Amino acid sequence: MGEKLLELKDLSIDYKIKDGYLSAVNKVNFTIDRGEVFAIVGESGCGKSTLAHSILRLLPGGNEIVTGEIHFKDEDLTLVDQERMEHVRGKEIGMIFQNPLDSLNPVFRVGDQIEEALLLDDMSEEDAYKRVIELFKDVKMPDAEERAKSFPHELSGGMRQRVMIAMMLSRNPELLIADEPTTALDVTIEAQILEILKQMKKEFNAAIMLITHNFGLVAEIADKIGVMYAGEMVEQGDVFEIFENPQHPYTKLLMKALPSGTKNDGRLQTIDGSVPRITEKKPECRFANRCPLADEKCRTENPPMEWISDTHYCKCFHLGEEEK
Amino acid sequence: MKEYIIKRLALGVVLVVAVSFLVFSLMYMMPGDPIDIMISDRVSEETKAEMAHKYGYDLPFFTQYFNWVKGVCHLDFGTSARYRQPVWSLLGARIPYSLRLCSLSLLVEMLFALPLGLLCAVKKDSWIDKFCVNVSLVLTAVPAFWFGTLLIVVFAVGLGWLPISGYQTPAHYILPVAAIAFTSVGSTLRITKAEVLEVLHEKYVTTAYAKGLPRKRVLVKHVLRNSLIIVVTLTFMSIPWMITGAVITEKIFAFPGMGNLLLNSIVVQDMPVVQAVLLIIAILTVICNLASDIITAFLDPRIKDTISGGEN
Ligand SMILES: Nc1ncnc2c1ncn2[C@@H]1O[C@H](COP(=O)(O)OP(=O)(O)OP(=O)(O)O)[C@@H](O)[C@H]1O
Ligand SMILES: [Mg+2]
Repeated sequence: MGEKLLELKDLSIDYKIKDGYLSAVNKVNFTIDRGEVFAIVGESGCGKSTLAHSILRLLPGGNEIVTGEIHFKDEDLTLVDQERMEHVRGKEIGMIFQNPLDSLNPVFRVGDQIEEALLLDDMSEEDAYKRVIELFKDVKMPDAEERAKSFPHELSGGMRQRVMIAMMLSRNPELLIADEPTTALDVTIEAQILEILKQMKKEFNAAIMLITHNFGLVAEIADKIGVMYAGEMVEQGDVFEIFENPQHPYTKLLMKALPSGTKNDGRLQTIDGSVPRITEKKPECRFANRCPLADEKCRTENPPMEWISDTHYCKCFHLGEEEK
Repeated sequence: MKEYIIKRLALGVVLVVAVSFLVFSLMYMMPGDPIDIMISDRVSEETKAEMAHKYGYDLPFFTQYFNWVKGVCHLDFGTSARYRQPVWSLLGARIPYSLRLCSLSLLVEMLFALPLGLLCAVKKDSWIDKFCVNVSLVLTAVPAFWFGTLLIVVFAVGLGWLPISGYQTPAHYILPVAAIAFTSVGSTLRITKAEVLEVLHEKYVTTAYAKGLPRKRVLVKHVLRNSLIIVVTLTFMSIPWMITGAVITEKIFAFPGMGNLLLNSIVVQDMPVVQAVLLIIAILTVICNLASDIITAFLDPRIKDTISGGEN
């Protein structure tokens, strides 16, 4: 096990909405070590992006309540001041967003937008430009020099995602948060992006928090997996443990719904029903209404964290039971 | 891009011609005989007819129009009935004053509206936001002539800090500029605020934060810069409004600009002058609209590409 880089302790995020709260993330715990790839999987709307944004304090602002601790190296990011946070962003933790299409400023050339990040670290403009071209070659951007002078709307979705990745790699962050980096892209581009992420893990020993719907992607690159459902981490473990021995009924359904390797429209659709919006925190299993094994207990008590091994836990009353 | 500008210019010319025709026929249909305005009643009918002939008022409508247009092309707008001077020399002396007044007002307006609009959006619902929005609402509702008079009463008559009227020194510009700028600052401020609020939610703003840019840099370089696309466009389109709005202000401050001349000429039915001023305002409107489109294209590469048909 490497050195601990990021540790979330009981992180909860509620959004204030018209009549009350929406519990988007509830008591999530996990750690990511240096050089490790932690994958978070779960259906649309289960709070993955909310969780990712909260780490860099990039939630929309105004209507969210964050409780719990986010330890990064030796400080709690929920407590540091604005200036320190600005230093962490980009330099120590980079983030790639879900939608590359509108994540770049339409009025500036993409090369300049990356240079802007580089110039934050005492670098001459000339060196910064050279570095942009290098980065573009790293992310396999065709015609690097030419493309650096393009505006975002002149690039394809895949190219824009490459720009985003180049931008977020530019300052060699120790942790990269990638929020569904390939959902908007086609399969070949997806494979290439995956290659880039792998390479960066190897070369810079960077840790990656990878949010995805794609179990294929997870199998290829992840060391650990966390399965999220309705804001809660219902199962977590090493990649082999989860693939060989999934415990939570939700995990099992997810893996069935998404044969690894194919893209299945980028979204999980084959589990009946959808993620509930939790507006009231009460003792229950949040998956109970869709679960084939659910009984009375599931609807009235919080399932405890059951440890299957040192690294593998699952929150369910029905461990080991099979679907009838 | 070049092709686009040429196309827009051609369209502008067509518009100006149409407006010129409207202006001319409107003035032609106005009651009142231009000769009566020029000379006293006690002149014989014969002399009047001679005068009318001399100035071409006895010709058929279209001939008069074409003669007028022909003259306008040589900057000959005819002779003012009241001042008995070529209209162009009257205007030539006044246009610079009007332009100076309006561009200063525009500058002051922008200096207040842009930073305050940004501030109000960023600190939405704070006391400063509420204060600015309320003040700007009041200022927008207040008529310019009332506000101008108020300024005179307070700063010129009451406190005696500034001259009441005139144009000779820079100090003479302060009150009229304030009167125009502050009655139009409200709408620009609110447009800026609305636009900034919109841009603040754009994903690329989150990206800008995510790469580690300090907050101020994000707000000015990414948020304000992108909000400006709309604000600048609208502002340029509002310049003709500002110029027409300045008419009353010029009058109040006895400022020798085009507006003052226009008002005086309407009162005494000095048609050649009225026609000339209206035509100039029409031309300015066309120019401002064109300028606004071109500036938008330069501020937003997406638009630039669509209008230049994709070729770079
Ligand atoms: N600013 C907000 N205000 C209120 N509710 C929000 C806000 N942002 C997200 N939500 C809600 O929080 C829940 C979690 O959203 P989130 O975007 O984190 O899901 P996700 O797992 O990333 O989904 P996807 O896979 O579609 O990206 C959703 O129910 C969403 O509607
Ligand atoms: Mg998401």
